[in-house]
Amino acid sequence: MSADSTDEGLPTDGTAVVVGASLAGLRAAETLRAEGFEGRLLLVGDELHLPYDRPPLSKQVLAGTWPPERVVLADRSKLDAMRIEAMCGQGAIALDPVGRRITLEDGSVLEADGVVIATGASPRRLPGTEGNEAVGVLRTLDDAAALRARVLAHGPGCRVVVVGAGFIGSEVASTCAGLDCKVTVLEAMPTPLAPAVGEQIGAALATLHASAGVELRTRVGVTAVHPPDGPADGQPAEGAPAPGAAGWVVLTSGEWLAADVVVVGIGVRPNTAWLEDSGLELADGVVCDGSLFAADAVTAAGDLARWRWRRDGLDESVRIEHWQVAAEMGVAAARSLLAGRRRAPAFDPVPYFWSDQYGVRIQVLGRPDPADEVAFVDGSAEEGRYVALYGRQGRLRAALAVGRPRKLMAFRPLLAAGASWQEATSLPLD
Amino acid sequence: MRVIVDFDLCESNALCMANAPEVFEVRDDDFLYVLQEEPPDSLRPKVEAAARACPKAAITIVD
Ligand SMILES: Cc1cc2nc3c(=O)[nH]c(=O)nc-3n(C[C@H](O)[C@H](O)[C@H](O)COP(=O)(O)OP(=O)(O)OC[C@H]3O[C@@H](n4cnc5c(N)ncnc54)[C@H](O)[C@@H]3O)c2cc1C
Ligand code: SF4
Repeated sequence: MSADSTDEGLPTDGTAVVVGASLAGLRAAETLRAEGFEGRLLLVGDELHLPYDRPPLSKQVLAGTWPPERVVLADRSKLDAMRIEAMCGQGAIALDPVGRRITLEDGSVLEADGVVIATGASPRRLPGTEGNEAVGVLRTLDDAAALRARVLAHGPGCRVVVVGAGFIGSEVASTCAGLDCKVTVLEAMPTPLAPAVGEQIGAALATLHASAGVELRTRVGVTAVHPPDGPADGQPAEGAPAPGAAGWVVLTSGEWLAADVVVVGIGVRPNTAWLEDSGLELADGVVCDGSLFAADAVTAAGDLARWRWRRDGLDESVRIEHWQVAAEMGVAAARSLLAGRRRAPAFDPVPYFWSDQYGVRIQVLGRPDPADEVAFVDGSAEEGRYVALYGRQGRLRAALAVGRPRKLMAFRPLLAAGASWQEATSLPLD
Repeated sequence: MRVIVDFDLCESNALCMANAPEVFEVRDDDFLYVLQEEPPDSLRPKVEAAARACPKAAITIVD
Protein backbone atom coordinates (compact mmCIF):
# COMPACT_ATOMS: atom_id res chain seq x y z
CA MET A 1 0.00 0.00 0.00
CA SER A 2 1.58 3.30 -1.03
CA ALA A 3 1.56 6.40 1.15
CA ASP A 4 -0.62 8.16 -1.41
CA SER A 5 -3.48 5.74 -1.21
CA THR A 6 -3.56 5.93 2.62
CA ASP A 7 -3.83 9.68 2.29
CA GLU A 8 -6.83 9.12 0.07
CA GLY A 9 -8.49 7.06 2.75
CA LEU A 10 -9.14 3.39 3.30
CA PRO A 11 -9.53 1.49 0.00
CA THR A 12 -13.11 0.24 0.09
CA ASP A 13 -12.10 -3.30 -0.89
CA GLY A 14 -9.16 -3.54 1.52
CA THR A 15 -8.92 -5.05 5.00
CA ALA A 16 -9.78 -3.15 8.16
CA VAL A 17 -8.98 -4.37 11.66
CA VAL A 18 -10.59 -2.92 14.77
CA VAL A 19 -8.79 -3.90 17.98
CA GLY A 20 -10.97 -3.87 21.10
CA ALA A 21 -14.48 -5.32 20.75
CA SER A 22 -16.47 -3.10 23.05
CA LEU A 23 -18.43 0.11 22.58
CA ALA A 24 -15.94 2.25 20.65
CA GLY A 25 -14.67 -0.66 18.56
CA LEU A 26 -18.15 -1.87 17.67
CA ARG A 27 -19.32 1.60 16.69
CA ALA A 28 -16.22 1.99 14.52
CA ALA A 29 -16.82 -1.33 12.76
CA GLU A 30 -20.52 -0.60 12.24
CA THR A 31 -19.71 2.81 10.79
CA LEU A 32 -17.05 1.49 8.42
CA ARG A 33 -19.59 -0.95 7.02
CA ALA A 34 -22.51 1.45 6.95
CA GLU A 35 -20.50 4.16 5.21
CA GLY A 36 -19.15 2.32 2.25
CA PHE A 37 -16.37 -0.05 3.30
CA GLU A 38 -16.90 -3.31 1.38
CA GLY A 39 -13.75 -5.23 2.28
CA ARG A 40 -12.84 -7.65 5.05
CA LEU A 41 -13.71 -6.26 8.47
CA LEU A 42 -12.29 -7.84 11.62
CA LEU A 43 -13.23 -6.96 15.19
CA VAL A 44 -10.64 -8.39 17.57
CA GLY A 45 -11.26 -8.51 21.31
CA ASP A 46 -9.64 -10.27 24.25
CA GLU A 47 -12.87 -10.88 26.15
CA LEU A 48 -14.78 -14.09 25.48
CA HIS A 49 -18.07 -12.20 25.22
CA LEU A 50 -19.49 -10.48 22.17
CA PRO A 51 -19.51 -6.67 22.53
CA TYR A 52 -21.57 -5.60 25.52
CA ASP A 53 -22.52 -2.48 27.39
CA ARG A 54 -20.81 -1.54 30.66
CA PRO A 55 -23.01 1.14 32.29
CA PRO A 56 -25.68 -1.39 33.38
CA LEU A 57 -23.04 -3.50 35.15
CA SER A 58 -22.95 -1.30 38.25
CA LYS A 59 -26.69 -0.67 38.02
CA GLN A 60 -29.21 -3.23 36.67
CA VAL A 61 -26.85 -6.20 36.39
CA LEU A 62 -25.44 -5.87 39.90
CA ALA A 63 -28.95 -5.21 41.23
CA GLY A 64 -30.25 -8.32 39.45
CA THR A 65 -33.06 -6.48 37.69
CA TRP A 66 -31.57 -7.32 34.28
CA PRO A 67 -30.38 -10.72 33.17
CA PRO A 68 -26.74 -10.42 32.09
CA GLU A 69 -27.63 -11.28 28.45
CA ARG A 70 -29.46 -8.00 28.17
CA VAL A 71 -26.23 -5.98 28.01
CA VAL A 72 -25.18 -7.45 24.65
CA LEU A 73 -24.67 -4.65 22.11
CA ALA A 74 -24.52 -6.82 19.00
CA ASP A 75 -25.27 -10.52 18.71
CA ARG A 76 -23.88 -12.93 16.11
CA SER A 77 -26.72 -12.46 13.67
CA LYS A 78 -26.36 -8.68 13.73
CA LEU A 79 -22.59 -8.95 13.25
CA ASP A 80 -23.03 -11.50 10.46
CA ALA A 81 -25.53 -9.26 8.71
CA MET A 82 -22.92 -6.49 8.68
CA ARG A 83 -20.19 -8.95 7.69
CA ILE A 84 -18.16 -8.09 10.77
CA GLU A 85 -15.89 -10.98 11.72
CA ALA A 86 -15.74 -10.89 15.51
CA MET A 87 -12.71 -12.67 16.93
CA CYS A 88 -13.47 -13.01 20.64
CA GLY A 89 -10.92 -14.16 23.18
CA GLN A 90 -8.03 -12.96 21.01
CA GLY A 91 -5.76 -10.36 22.57
CA ALA A 92 -3.53 -8.25 20.36
CA ILE A 93 0.05 -8.13 21.63
CA ALA A 94 1.76 -5.85 19.11
CA LEU A 95 1.15 -3.35 16.34
CA ASP A 96 3.40 -2.22 13.53
CA PRO A 97 1.66 0.99 12.48
CA VAL A 98 3.79 1.49 9.37
CA GLY A 99 3.19 -1.95 7.86
CA ARG A 100 -0.19 -2.08 9.66
CA ARG A 101 0.43 -5.54 11.05
CA ILE A 102 -1.22 -6.72 14.23
CA THR A 103 0.19 -9.66 16.18
CA LEU A 104 -2.24 -11.72 18.23
CA GLU A 105 -1.61 -13.75 21.37
CA ASP A 106 -1.53 -17.01 19.45
CA GLY A 107 1.29 -15.65 17.26
CA SER A 108 -0.82 -15.10 14.16
CA VAL A 109 -0.44 -11.81 12.29
CA LEU A 110 -3.22 -9.75 10.72
CA GLU A 111 -2.36 -7.43 7.87
CA ALA A 112 -4.59 -4.43 7.35
CA ASP A 113 -5.03 -1.35 5.20
CA GLY A 114 -6.58 0.52 8.10
CA VAL A 115 -6.61 0.01 11.87
CA VAL A 116 -8.81 1.36 14.65
CA ILE A 117 -7.37 1.04 18.16
CA ALA A 118 -10.11 0.80 20.79
CA THR A 119 -8.74 -1.28 23.65
CA GLY A 120 -10.29 0.86 26.38
CA ALA A 121 -9.11 0.95 29.96
CA SER A 122 -8.72 -1.32 32.98
CA PRO A 123 -9.36 -0.58 36.65
CA ARG A 124 -6.52 0.32 38.93
CA ARG A 125 -6.13 -2.13 41.80
CA LEU A 126 -5.07 -1.56 45.35
CA PRO A 127 -1.41 -2.49 45.64
CA GLY A 128 -0.96 -5.77 47.49
CA THR A 129 -4.51 -7.08 46.97
CA GLU A 130 -3.99 -8.74 43.58
CA GLY A 131 -4.37 -12.30 44.88
CA ASN A 132 -7.40 -11.70 47.10
CA GLU A 133 -10.49 -12.62 45.07
CA ALA A 134 -12.85 -11.00 47.55
CA VAL A 135 -11.24 -7.66 46.74
CA GLY A 136 -12.95 -6.92 43.47
CA VAL A 137 -13.10 -4.30 40.76
CA LEU A 138 -15.95 -3.66 38.34
CA ARG A 139 -15.22 -3.33 34.66
CA THR A 140 -16.37 -6.52 32.97
CA LEU A 141 -19.49 -8.66 32.85
CA ASP A 142 -17.55 -11.33 34.71
CA ASP A 143 -16.59 -8.81 37.43
CA ALA A 144 -20.27 -7.90 37.83
CA ALA A 145 -21.38 -11.53 38.05
CA ALA A 146 -18.66 -12.34 40.59
CA LEU A 147 -19.49 -9.31 42.73
CA ARG A 148 -23.20 -10.06 42.71
CA ALA A 149 -22.60 -13.72 43.60
CA ARG A 150 -20.38 -12.72 46.50
CA VAL A 151 -22.89 -10.24 47.88
CA LEU A 152 -25.76 -12.74 47.60
CA ALA A 153 -23.68 -15.48 49.22
CA HIS A 154 -23.22 -13.33 52.31
CA GLY A 155 -26.91 -12.41 52.33
CA PRO A 156 -28.61 -9.36 53.81
CA GLY A 157 -26.35 -7.33 56.06
CA CYS A 158 -23.33 -8.19 53.92
CA ARG A 159 -20.58 -5.76 54.91
CA VAL A 160 -19.40 -4.07 51.72
CA VAL A 161 -16.48 -1.68 51.74
CA VAL A 162 -16.17 0.44 48.59
CA VAL A 163 -12.79 2.07 48.10
CA GLY A 164 -13.22 5.29 46.11
CA ALA A 165 -16.30 7.54 45.96
CA GLY A 166 -16.09 8.26 42.25
CA PHE A 167 -19.03 7.61 39.93
CA ILE A 168 -18.57 3.85 39.71
CA GLY A 169 -17.83 3.46 43.41
CA SER A 170 -20.92 5.51 44.26
CA GLU A 171 -23.11 3.47 41.92
CA VAL A 172 -21.83 0.23 43.43
CA ALA A 173 -22.52 1.58 46.92
CA SER A 174 -26.02 2.64 45.89
CA THR A 175 -26.84 -0.70 44.28
CA CYS A 176 -25.42 -2.69 47.20
CA ALA A 177 -27.45 -0.60 49.64
CA GLY A 178 -30.49 -1.61 47.58
CA LEU A 179 -29.48 -5.24 48.14
CA ASP A 180 -29.65 -4.70 51.92
CA CYS A 181 -25.90 -4.55 52.38
CA LYS A 182 -24.22 -2.54 55.07
CA VAL A 183 -22.06 -0.25 52.94
CA THR A 184 -19.08 1.92 53.84
CA VAL A 185 -17.46 4.13 51.19
CA LEU A 186 -13.89 5.28 51.71
CA GLU A 187 -12.59 8.35 49.94
CA ALA A 188 -9.09 9.82 50.11
CA MET A 189 -10.10 13.33 49.07
CA PRO A 190 -11.99 15.73 51.35
CA THR A 191 -14.79 16.07 48.76
CA PRO A 192 -15.71 13.15 46.51
CA LEU A 193 -15.94 13.89 42.77
CA ALA A 194 -14.33 17.31 43.22
CA PRO A 195 -11.99 16.82 40.23
CA ALA A 196 -14.97 15.85 38.03
CA VAL A 197 -17.65 18.33 39.10
CA GLY A 198 -16.00 20.79 41.48
CA GLU A 199 -16.16 21.21 45.27
CA GLN A 200 -19.65 22.65 45.54
CA ILE A 201 -21.53 20.05 43.48
CA GLY A 202 -19.25 17.28 44.73
CA ALA A 203 -20.27 18.12 48.29
CA ALA A 204 -23.94 18.18 47.30
CA LEU A 205 -23.72 14.79 45.58
CA ALA A 206 -21.88 13.31 48.56
CA THR A 207 -24.97 13.77 50.71
CA LEU A 208 -26.79 11.15 48.60
CA HIS A 209 -24.89 8.34 50.33
CA ALA A 210 -26.33 9.11 53.74
CA SER A 211 -29.85 9.22 52.28
CA ALA A 212 -29.61 5.45 51.75
CA GLY A 213 -27.84 4.71 55.03
CA VAL A 214 -24.44 4.38 53.38
CA GLU A 215 -21.55 5.63 55.45
CA LEU A 216 -19.15 7.90 53.54
CA ARG A 217 -15.76 8.46 55.11
CA THR A 218 -13.53 11.05 53.51
CA ARG A 219 -9.82 11.86 53.93
CA VAL A 220 -9.09 8.23 54.53
CA GLY A 221 -6.95 5.77 52.61
CA VAL A 222 -6.36 2.04 52.75
CA THR A 223 -2.96 0.75 53.78
CA ALA A 224 -3.70 -2.98 53.52
CA VAL A 225 -6.41 -5.59 53.18
CA HIS A 226 -5.66 -8.63 55.36
CA PRO A 227 -7.42 -11.96 54.85
CA PRO A 228 -9.80 -12.98 57.70
CA ASP A 229 -7.10 -15.18 59.22
CA GLY A 230 -4.58 -12.36 58.72
CA PRO A 231 -1.99 -11.12 61.18
CA ALA A 232 -3.14 -11.12 64.82
CA ASP A 233 -1.02 -8.06 65.37
CA GLY A 234 -3.31 -5.04 65.65
CA GLN A 235 -6.46 -7.04 64.92
CA PRO A 236 -9.50 -5.91 66.91
CA ALA A 237 -10.71 -8.49 69.43
CA GLU A 238 -14.26 -8.51 68.06
CA GLY A 239 -16.16 -8.54 64.79
CA ALA A 240 -13.71 -10.71 62.89
CA PRO A 241 -14.82 -11.44 59.33
CA ALA A 242 -15.84 -15.03 58.61
CA PRO A 243 -13.74 -17.31 56.44
CA GLY A 244 -14.56 -16.54 52.79
CA ALA A 245 -14.89 -12.84 53.54
CA ALA A 246 -12.56 -10.23 52.09
CA GLY A 247 -11.05 -9.69 55.54
CA TRP A 248 -9.79 -6.65 57.36
CA VAL A 249 -9.46 -3.33 55.61
CA VAL A 250 -6.77 -1.36 57.40
CA LEU A 251 -7.17 2.39 57.13
CA THR A 252 -4.59 5.17 57.15
CA SER A 253 -6.14 6.21 60.47
CA GLY A 254 -4.97 2.89 61.92
CA GLU A 255 -8.52 1.57 62.20
CA TRP A 256 -9.48 -1.96 61.06
CA LEU A 257 -12.79 -2.45 59.22
CA ALA A 258 -14.25 -5.94 58.88
CA ALA A 259 -15.46 -6.52 55.31
CA ASP A 260 -17.26 -9.39 53.62
CA VAL A 261 -16.76 -7.83 50.22
CA VAL A 262 -14.38 -5.09 49.08
CA VAL A 263 -14.85 -3.25 45.79
CA VAL A 264 -12.13 -0.95 44.54
CA GLY A 265 -13.12 1.97 42.30
CA ILE A 266 -10.08 4.19 42.18
CA GLY A 267 -10.01 4.92 38.48
CA VAL A 268 -8.77 3.26 35.35
CA ARG A 269 -5.64 3.07 33.27
CA PRO A 270 -5.73 3.04 29.45
CA ASN A 271 -4.89 -0.36 27.91
CA THR A 272 -1.79 0.65 25.99
CA ALA A 273 0.67 -2.02 27.17
CA TRP A 274 0.34 -3.91 23.88
CA LEU A 275 1.40 -0.75 21.99
CA GLU A 276 4.59 -0.21 24.02
CA ASP A 277 6.89 -1.15 21.10
CA SER A 278 4.70 0.23 18.32
CA GLY A 279 6.44 3.58 18.08
CA LEU A 280 3.10 5.33 18.54
CA GLU A 281 3.18 8.19 21.00
CA LEU A 282 1.75 7.05 24.34
CA ALA A 283 1.05 9.49 27.16
CA ASP A 284 -1.70 8.28 29.49
CA GLY A 285 -3.43 6.96 26.38
CA VAL A 286 -2.71 6.82 22.66
CA VAL A 287 -1.92 10.31 21.42
CA CYS A 288 -3.96 11.29 18.36
CA ASP A 289 -4.28 14.37 16.21
CA GLY A 290 -7.47 16.42 15.96
CA SER A 291 -9.19 13.88 13.73
CA LEU A 292 -8.17 10.84 15.79
CA PHE A 293 -5.18 9.64 13.75
CA ALA A 294 -2.38 8.06 15.77
CA ALA A 295 -0.49 7.39 12.52
CA ASP A 296 -1.40 7.27 8.81
CA ALA A 297 -4.34 4.87 8.40
CA VAL A 298 -4.35 4.18 12.15
CA THR A 299 -7.00 5.86 14.30
CA ALA A 300 -7.99 5.42 17.94
CA ALA A 301 -11.24 5.83 19.85
CA GLY A 302 -12.77 5.46 23.29
CA ASP A 303 -11.40 5.41 26.80
CA LEU A 304 -7.80 4.93 25.66
CA ALA A 305 -7.68 7.68 23.05
CA ARG A 306 -6.24 11.11 23.74
CA TRP A 307 -6.91 13.61 21.01
CA ARG A 308 -5.98 17.20 20.30
CA TRP A 309 -9.13 19.20 20.80
CA ARG A 310 -9.19 22.78 19.58
CA ARG A 311 -12.32 24.84 20.13
CA ASP A 312 -13.30 28.25 21.45
CA GLY A 313 -9.72 29.38 21.76
CA LEU A 314 -8.75 26.29 23.76
CA ASP A 315 -6.15 23.84 22.54
CA GLU A 316 -6.08 20.80 24.79
CA SER A 317 -4.98 17.20 24.79
CA VAL A 318 -8.01 15.36 26.09
CA ARG A 319 -8.92 11.83 27.14
CA ILE A 320 -12.48 11.22 28.32
CA GLU A 321 -13.88 8.06 29.91
CA HIS A 322 -17.57 8.26 29.14
CA TRP A 323 -20.01 6.14 27.20
CA GLN A 324 -21.30 8.79 24.83
CA VAL A 325 -17.87 10.11 23.94
CA ALA A 326 -16.56 6.58 23.33
CA ALA A 327 -19.53 5.85 21.06
CA GLU A 328 -19.18 9.06 19.07
CA MET A 329 -15.43 8.65 18.87
CA GLY A 330 -15.85 5.17 17.42
CA VAL A 331 -18.00 6.63 14.67
CA ALA A 332 -15.55 9.51 14.08
CA ALA A 333 -12.48 7.24 14.04
CA ALA A 334 -14.10 5.13 11.32
CA ARG A 335 -15.05 8.17 9.28
CA SER A 336 -11.52 9.55 9.56
CA LEU A 337 -10.10 6.27 8.32
CA LEU A 338 -12.49 6.30 5.37
CA ALA A 339 -11.74 9.92 4.51
CA GLY A 340 -7.96 9.76 4.88
CA ARG A 341 -5.78 12.00 6.96
CA ARG A 342 -5.87 15.01 4.67
CA ARG A 343 -9.63 15.25 4.42
CA ALA A 344 -10.80 13.98 7.82
CA PRO A 345 -12.74 16.53 9.88
CA ALA A 346 -11.79 17.38 13.46
CA PHE A 347 -13.50 15.45 16.25
CA ASP A 348 -15.48 18.10 18.12
CA PRO A 349 -18.10 16.54 20.41
CA VAL A 350 -20.30 17.92 23.13
CA PRO A 351 -19.22 15.45 25.82
CA TYR A 352 -22.05 13.91 27.81
CA PHE A 353 -22.26 11.47 30.66
CA TRP A 354 -24.73 10.27 33.20
CA SER A 355 -24.67 8.38 36.47
CA ASP A 356 -27.60 6.75 38.20
CA GLN A 357 -27.30 6.48 41.94
CA TYR A 358 -29.63 6.47 44.94
CA GLY A 359 -32.63 6.86 42.66
CA VAL A 360 -31.43 10.07 41.04
CA ARG A 361 -30.00 10.68 37.61
CA ILE A 362 -26.95 12.89 37.35
CA GLN A 363 -26.23 14.18 33.84
CA VAL A 364 -23.37 16.30 32.64
CA LEU A 365 -22.83 18.04 29.31
CA GLY A 366 -19.46 19.52 28.44
CA ARG A 367 -16.34 19.37 30.60
CA PRO A 368 -16.56 20.92 34.05
CA ASP A 369 -13.29 22.10 35.54
CA PRO A 370 -12.90 22.32 39.33
CA ALA A 371 -11.78 25.94 38.90
CA ASP A 372 -14.91 26.98 36.96
CA GLU A 373 -17.45 29.45 38.20
CA VAL A 374 -20.72 27.65 39.10
CA ALA A 375 -24.25 29.07 38.84
CA PHE A 376 -27.51 27.30 39.67
CA VAL A 377 -30.07 28.20 37.00
CA ASP A 378 -32.85 25.88 38.14
CA GLY A 379 -33.64 24.37 41.54
CA SER A 380 -31.04 24.16 44.29
CA ALA A 381 -28.80 21.68 46.01
CA GLU A 382 -31.19 21.72 48.99
CA GLU A 383 -34.12 20.67 46.78
CA GLY A 384 -32.02 17.85 45.40
CA ARG A 385 -33.04 18.65 41.81
CA TYR A 386 -31.19 21.28 39.89
CA VAL A 387 -29.34 22.48 36.83
CA ALA A 388 -25.94 24.06 37.44
CA LEU A 389 -23.77 25.75 34.83
CA TYR A 390 -19.98 25.90 34.71
CA GLY A 391 -18.27 28.93 33.19
CA ARG A 392 -14.71 29.90 32.40
CA GLN A 393 -13.22 32.90 30.62
CA GLY A 394 -16.65 34.35 29.92
CA ARG A 395 -17.92 31.20 28.26
CA LEU A 396 -20.27 28.37 29.12
CA ARG A 397 -18.16 25.24 29.60
CA ALA A 398 -20.48 22.63 31.06
CA ALA A 399 -23.93 22.01 32.48
CA LEU A 400 -24.88 19.50 35.16
CA ALA A 401 -28.34 18.37 36.16
CA VAL A 402 -29.72 16.24 38.92
CA GLY A 403 -33.20 14.97 38.08
CA ARG A 404 -33.71 17.59 35.36
CA PRO A 405 -33.06 15.92 31.97
CA ARG A 406 -35.25 18.19 29.89
CA LYS A 407 -33.86 21.44 31.21
CA LEU A 408 -30.31 20.18 30.91
CA MET A 409 -30.68 19.42 27.22
CA ALA A 410 -31.64 23.03 26.55
CA PHE A 411 -27.97 23.84 27.08
CA ARG A 412 -26.62 21.41 24.53
CA PRO A 413 -26.99 23.72 21.52
CA LEU A 414 -25.38 26.52 23.53
CA LEU A 415 -22.39 24.34 24.36
CA ALA A 416 -22.10 23.23 20.74
CA ALA A 417 -22.12 26.86 19.61
CA GLY A 418 -19.64 28.03 22.27
CA ALA A 419 -22.15 30.37 23.92
CA SER A 420 -21.10 33.12 26.30
CA TRP A 421 -21.58 32.81 30.06
CA GLN A 422 -23.92 35.78 29.92
CA GLU A 423 -26.17 34.16 27.28
CA ALA A 424 -26.22 30.82 29.08
CA THR A 425 -27.04 32.15 32.53
CA SER A 426 -29.89 34.25 31.16
CA LEU A 427 -31.48 31.48 29.05
CA PRO A 428 -35.16 31.30 29.98
CA LEU A 429 -36.11 27.84 31.33
CA ASP A 430 -39.81 27.04 31.46
CA MET B 1 -41.50 8.19 8.38
CA ARG B 2 -42.75 6.75 11.66
CA VAL B 3 -40.84 6.71 14.93
CA ILE B 4 -41.24 3.79 17.30
CA VAL B 5 -39.66 3.68 20.74
CA ASP B 6 -39.38 0.49 22.74
CA PHE B 7 -40.17 1.87 26.16
CA ASP B 8 -39.08 -1.32 27.87
CA LEU B 9 -35.56 -0.63 26.64
CA CYS B 10 -35.51 3.15 27.06
CA GLU B 11 -33.61 4.42 30.08
CA SER B 12 -34.50 8.09 29.74
CA ASN B 13 -30.98 9.42 29.35
CA ALA B 14 -32.16 11.98 26.79
CA LEU B 15 -29.49 11.30 24.20
CA CYS B 16 -32.13 11.14 21.47
CA MET B 17 -33.45 14.48 22.65
CA ALA B 18 -30.00 16.00 22.31
CA ASN B 19 -30.08 15.10 18.61
CA ALA B 20 -33.71 15.71 17.75
CA PRO B 21 -35.46 17.85 20.38
CA GLU B 22 -38.33 18.40 17.94
CA VAL B 23 -39.24 14.72 18.21
CA PHE B 24 -37.98 13.40 21.53
CA GLU B 25 -38.42 14.95 24.94
CA VAL B 26 -37.41 13.53 28.30
CA ARG B 27 -39.42 15.46 30.85
CA ASP B 28 -38.64 16.11 34.43
CA ASP B 29 -40.69 13.08 35.42
CA ASP B 30 -37.83 11.14 33.76
CA PHE B 31 -40.07 9.65 31.07
CA LEU B 32 -39.47 9.94 27.36
CA TYR B 33 -42.24 11.48 25.26
CA VAL B 34 -42.36 11.20 21.50
CA LEU B 35 -43.61 14.61 20.42
CA GLN B 36 -44.23 13.67 16.79
CA GLU B 37 -44.76 10.06 15.89
CA GLU B 38 -44.71 10.90 12.21
CA PRO B 39 -42.15 13.67 11.86
CA PRO B 40 -41.71 15.40 8.48
CA ASP B 41 -38.99 14.14 6.16
CA SER B 42 -36.99 17.31 6.81
CA LEU B 43 -36.26 15.92 10.27
CA ARG B 44 -34.99 12.59 8.97
CA PRO B 45 -31.26 13.31 9.44
CA LYS B 46 -31.88 14.39 13.04
CA VAL B 47 -34.12 11.43 13.79
CA GLU B 48 -31.58 9.06 12.31
CA ALA B 49 -28.86 10.66 14.41
CA ALA B 50 -31.10 10.24 17.45
CA ALA B 51 -31.66 6.55 16.71
CA ARG B 52 -27.91 6.04 16.33
CA ALA B 53 -27.16 7.90 19.54
CA CYS B 54 -29.57 5.82 21.62
CA PRO B 55 -27.50 3.61 23.92
CA LYS B 56 -30.24 1.04 24.08
CA ALA B 57 -31.13 0.93 20.38
CA ALA B 58 -34.67 1.64 21.53
CA ILE B 59 -35.59 3.79 18.53
CA THR B 60 -36.76 2.33 15.23
CA ILE B 61 -37.66 4.29 12.13
CA VAL B 62 -40.17 2.73 9.74
CA ASP B 63 -41.05 4.18 6.37
C1 LIG C 1 -19.36 -0.43 35.71
C2 LIG C 1 -19.30 0.70 34.74
C3 LIG C 1 -20.32 1.64 34.70
C4 LIG C 1 -20.28 2.71 33.81
N1 LIG C 1 -21.29 3.59 33.82
C5 LIG C 1 -21.25 4.66 32.99
C6 LIG C 1 -22.30 5.61 33.00
O1 LIG C 1 -23.29 5.50 33.75
N2 LIG C 1 -22.22 6.66 32.16
C7 LIG C 1 -21.17 6.85 31.31
O2 LIG C 1 -21.13 7.82 30.59
N3 LIG C 1 -20.14 5.94 31.27
C8 LIG C 1 -20.17 4.86 32.09
N4 LIG C 1 -19.14 3.94 32.06
C9 LIG C 1 -18.01 4.16 31.14
C10 LIG C 1 -18.20 3.51 29.77
O3 LIG C 1 -18.69 2.21 29.91
C11 LIG C 1 -16.89 3.52 29.03
O4 LIG C 1 -16.58 4.84 28.73
C12 LIG C 1 -16.92 2.69 27.74
O5 LIG C 1 -17.09 1.34 28.04
C13 LIG C 1 -15.65 2.89 26.95
O6 LIG C 1 -15.68 2.07 25.83
P1 LIG C 1 -14.35 1.61 25.08
O7 LIG C 1 -14.82 0.78 23.93
O8 LIG C 1 -13.48 2.77 24.81
O9 LIG C 1 -13.51 0.75 26.11
P2 LIG C 1 -13.88 -0.59 26.89
O10 LIG C 1 -15.32 -0.68 27.13
O11 LIG C 1 -12.93 -0.65 28.03
O12 LIG C 1 -13.50 -1.74 25.85
C14 LIG C 1 -12.21 -2.08 25.46
C15 LIG C 1 -12.21 -3.53 25.04
O13 LIG C 1 -10.94 -3.87 24.52
C16 LIG C 1 -10.49 -5.09 25.10
N5 LIG C 1 -9.02 -5.13 25.05
C17 LIG C 1 -8.14 -4.54 25.90
N6 LIG C 1 -6.86 -4.81 25.51
C18 LIG C 1 -6.95 -5.58 24.40
C19 LIG C 1 -5.99 -6.17 23.53
N7 LIG C 1 -4.67 -6.01 23.73
N8 LIG C 1 -6.42 -6.91 22.48
C20 LIG C 1 -7.76 -7.08 22.26
N9 LIG C 1 -8.71 -6.54 23.04
C21 LIG C 1 -8.32 -5.79 24.10
C22 LIG C 1 -11.05 -5.02 26.50
O14 LIG C 1 -11.07 -6.29 27.11
C23 LIG C 1 -12.44 -4.48 26.21
O15 LIG C 1 -13.32 -5.50 25.84
C24 LIG C 1 -19.17 2.86 32.94
C25 LIG C 1 -18.13 1.92 32.98
C26 LIG C 1 -18.18 0.85 33.86
C27 LIG C 1 -17.06 -0.14 33.89
S1 SF4 D 1 -31.70 7.84 23.69
FE1 SF4 D 1 -32.76 5.88 23.85
S2 SF4 D 1 -32.62 5.33 25.99
FE2 SF4 D 1 -32.15 7.51 25.84
S3 SF4 D 1 -34.08 8.56 26.20
FE3 SF4 D 1 -33.88 8.31 23.98
S4 SF4 D 1 -34.91 6.36 23.53
FE4 SF4 D 1 -34.55 6.41 25.72
